[in-house]
Amino acid sequence: MRFGGLLANHDVTFDIYPGEILGLIGPNGAGKTTLFNCISGFLRPTEGTVLFKGENITGLKPHEICHRGLVRTFQITQPLRDMTVLENVMVGAFVRYPQTHQAREKAMEILRLTGLWSKRNRMGSELTIPDRKRLEIARALGAEPELLILDEAMAGLTPTEVQEAVELVKTIQAQGTTLFIIEHVMEAIMPIADRIVVLDAGRLIAEGPPSEIVQDERVIQAYLGEGRHAHRKEHSS
Amino acid sequence: MPKISRKTVVTVLLYVGAVVIAPLFSKAPFYRHVLIMVGLYGLLGVAWNIMGGYTGLYSFGQSAFFGIGAYTSTMMLVKAGVSPWIGMLCGGILAAIVAAGVAYPTSRLRGPYFTIASQAFARTFQILMTNWDYVEGAIGIPLPLMPDTWRFMQFKDKIPYHIIIFGLLGIAILVCYYIANSRTGYYFRAIRDSEQVASALGINTVRQRIIAAMLSAFFTAIAGTFYAQYVLYIDPESVTHHALSIEIVMVAAVGGAGTIWGPVLGAAILMPISQYARAALGGAGRGIDLIIYGVIIMVIALVRPTGILGFFQRERTIEGEGGDDVDTTITAGTGSDDAVRGALGQS
Repeated sequence: MRFGGLLANHDVTFDIYPGEILGLIGPNGAGKTTLFNCISGFLRPTEGTVLFKGENITGLKPHEICHRGLVRTFQITQPLRDMTVLENVMVGAFVRYPQTHQAREKAMEILRLTGLWSKRNRMGSELTIPDRKRLEIARALGAEPELLILDEAMAGLTPTEVQEAVELVKTIQAQGTTLFIIEHVMEAIMPIADRIVVLDAGRLIAEGPPSEIVQDERVIQAYLGEGRHAHRKEHSS
Repeated sequence: MPKISRKTVVTVLLYVGAVVIAPLFSKAPFYRHVLIMVGLYGLLGVAWNIMGGYTGLYSFGQSAFFGIGAYTSTMMLVKAGVSPWIGMLCGGILAAIVAAGVAYPTSRLRGPYFTIASQAFARTFQILMTNWDYVEGAIGIPLPLMPDTWRFMQFKDKIPYHIIIFGLLGIAILVCYYIANSRTGYYFRAIRDSEQVASALGINTVRQRIIAAMLSAFFTAIAGTFYAQYVLYIDPESVTHHALSIEIVMVAAVGGAGTIWGPVLGAAILMPISQYARAALGGAGRGIDLIIYGVIIMVIALVRPTGILGFFQRERTIEGEGGDDVDTTITAGTGSDDAVRGALGQS
């Protein structure tokens, strides 16, 4: 993906396998969100293709991609402000359940799963940050994704809240949904991801299980800069 | 089809009752004229509300569709003697087609930019009608007088007009109610709050915006035909004027945009004020109703920005939270972790 003279993503190729949790990490400005936007149809890549379930979905509109079973959340939470939490999730559920009562049932099921049940009659604008993050996920789950892509669903949460979010992600995976997660919070992504891909300056610099990624020289350099390797080791114990 | 609840039945009965009783208070033609204006602007407000209130497309160009409705039925009557009932339907359909033609290219415009575009369209339309000889341009068209019949929608008495406009308003409210409780209504409101989120959740925002514009234009045009049949004279100044677009927005905004009854309430408040102010002050008071409108807008904007009815509705949702204590205890106390496992166990 190119913006004028800036190459935001260059030569990035990777696979996501059904049922896994794939983590995407990288320093600020590495092009993580751009990559998400290309996959979910919010940007049309200048080059390259996106395949989903063997079909080419490059350049499709976001709503078409959602219908195919690939649903995303947003880094900056966007609750539908003048709708209740229940109605927010219903909007997602309508994609699969056109009847209002069916969509409501599906939404209530998801609200119980995501722990938002007690807040179902609050307006979207009244939610706290952790609840907004939860709502982002809940709304996407309404559309019954086969592949759910989360853009920093845990950033800005307290450790307890992160732990709750991690549990939720595990639950979603256990129900058979594949997840692709951008995450800054290492403690959150490392334990749950089956594999990690690392972006730096728009390029894919590493790919593999979390245990290998933390040892990878290039990843450590990308995050901490050269010459900081030893320094990091002291802190990591 | 959704089940018809008792609340719906009671609401319909109350509406019909109010419509029947209202004209009985006074035989004065002016009083009954004011009631008809309440019905007419109520219909226009409900139509605008589908677009502005639910979908967040603040159109300031509805006068063009009002004009299309008025001119279509009138031209069909004058040139071919077609019944205005058929003309009304044709005008509505034509307006919906034009609305789709305007909504598609403007589908990327949001907020005030859409409002400006809608205004530009309506003003262009007015200039077009003023200079188009086939529709008599600025001279306007007097409708041919017909005998007092339902077939040509012309009556000496005001009561039949009263029945027609409140019948049309009732239909518009029912349609609006049905939409608001269907997937389309939820999609409209999702688009109002965030088009980005809406599209990520599988909503074809362009298509939904076009649907909203078409529905709104259809009912606005129907009101236009009614106006032509009621006043029996139309010209671009009276049926396509910009002030009409603003009055339509006023009605919905004062009563409560995005609520079913808001626009009706707005019309019931504003129309008597403007009509009696005009009548009481006569020629010297020309424009005084607009000054009063201005004051009302300022008061509403300061005290109740969501409109009169918008305020009550919001209060009700907050009250509603008290009622879910039974279920709350299951999830709230122990945190989401248990809630997650609990839900899993059930499935």
